Amino acid sequence: MKNLATSHLPVYATVACAVVLCPAPAHAHLNSMGMGPIFDGIAHFLMSPEDLVPVLALALWTGLRGASYGRRALFVLPGAWLLGGLLGLIASATNGSAVLSSIWFLLLGGLLVVNAKLSLHVTTALAALLGLYHGYLNGTGMGASGSTAVALLGLVFAVFVLVALAAAFVVSLRAQWARIAVRVAGSWIAASGLLLLGWAARKG
Amino acid sequence: MRKVRQQTMAGGLSVLGLMLLWTQPASAHVQKGEAVGLLTGFLHPLAGMDHVLAMVAVGLWGAQLGSPGIWLLPVAFPLVMAMGAMLGLVGMRLPGIEYGIAASAILLGAAVMFELRPPLAVAAILVGFFAIFHGHAHGTELPPGQNALLYSMGFVMATGCLHAVGVGIGTVHRWPWGQTLLRFAGAVVAVGGVFFMWKALP
Repeated sequence: MKNLATSHLPVYATVACAVVLCPAPAHAHLNSMGMGPIFDGIAHFLMSPEDLVPVLALALWTGLRGASYGRRALFVLPGAWLLGGLLGLIASATNGSAVLSSIWFLLLGGLLVVNAKLSLHVTTALAALLGLYHGYLNGTGMGASGSTAVALLGLVFAVFVLVALAAAFVVSLRAQWARIAVRVAGSWIAASGLLLLGWAARKG
Repeated sequence: MRKVRQQTMAGGLSVLGLMLLWTQPASAHVQKGEAVGLLTGFLHPLAGMDHVLAMVAVGLWGAQLGSPGIWLLPVAFPLVMAMGAMLGLVGMRLPGIEYGIAASAILLGAAVMFELRPPLAVAAILVGFFAIFHGHAHGTELPPGQNALLYSMGFVMATGCLHAVGVGIGTVHRWPWGQTLLRFAGAVVAVGGVFFMWKALP
């Protein structure tokens, strides 16, 4: 056994030497990769709770409703987000409304907490509306240039991945307590929306 | 031994010198949008023992009531609490907030101590009523320069976690000794409420 192991050693060593002797540029920097804007878009989405939380709420709610709902949100939401973003890129800059953001929190958190049994068509319309609104805001905030369109793609990719992971996770839940815990998260989202509405009212 | 100490001292001084020469910006100021808003909001409800007692008591009572109270009360509390905070934010005054908070600890503690089982709607209304006081007291205290949304989310999450702690402790209710323990915990909450009421009185 030992002989067998040692007999392979020269082969491994030769392969290792060959790899070491053939270095290639690492392309580890975002400038050389051309992926910088993609990561900008992903990071923007992950660092913006006003974008991230409604998407999470929609994904959890559609996951609770079942696989067909989750699948619909998975494709409609990023698609609408991309469309809204492209429209926003050619539009003049607009500031997002804190009141509208809080209404999304309230609406989607509320739907999640009561596990609302809305039809697939209404769910699709909600996902499309959410995507168009937030995509448009993202687009107007980015301004028109080649790299911002790529950043938008990164953002849409992050939306897709989040919806896929969250909805699939909830669809797979079978224990009653786990599904209730997801609905409790909806109450937290709705409560945060109420607070945000209060802050907006005070500021206004 | 002395030589070793001298070498260690020299090494330490060299490292210190290098650190002083390699200065970095401190980044000590809080900027809008940073996660510190989330942390401040999260720590805020944990800072007051009166709030902590009442919120844990909601979880304990929910666990005693069983399903659906075990999840309905912790769902109702943050929602109504946020409404209370909103009332404060739009400038609506609420009289006797400190009394309301202390009374919440007394009554919720008593409910756990006596293992009261009112109709679920009554329990939810009682919990919701007191949640308004807690929300009004806490929600309006956003420190300047911090992100309101992150603060709100941290605040709500901490409240939910306190309920979860109560529900977690309440899982001992299935055993006879656990039922006694929960009643004792309810008594502790009620006594804490009496203390805070005494402090609030002029």
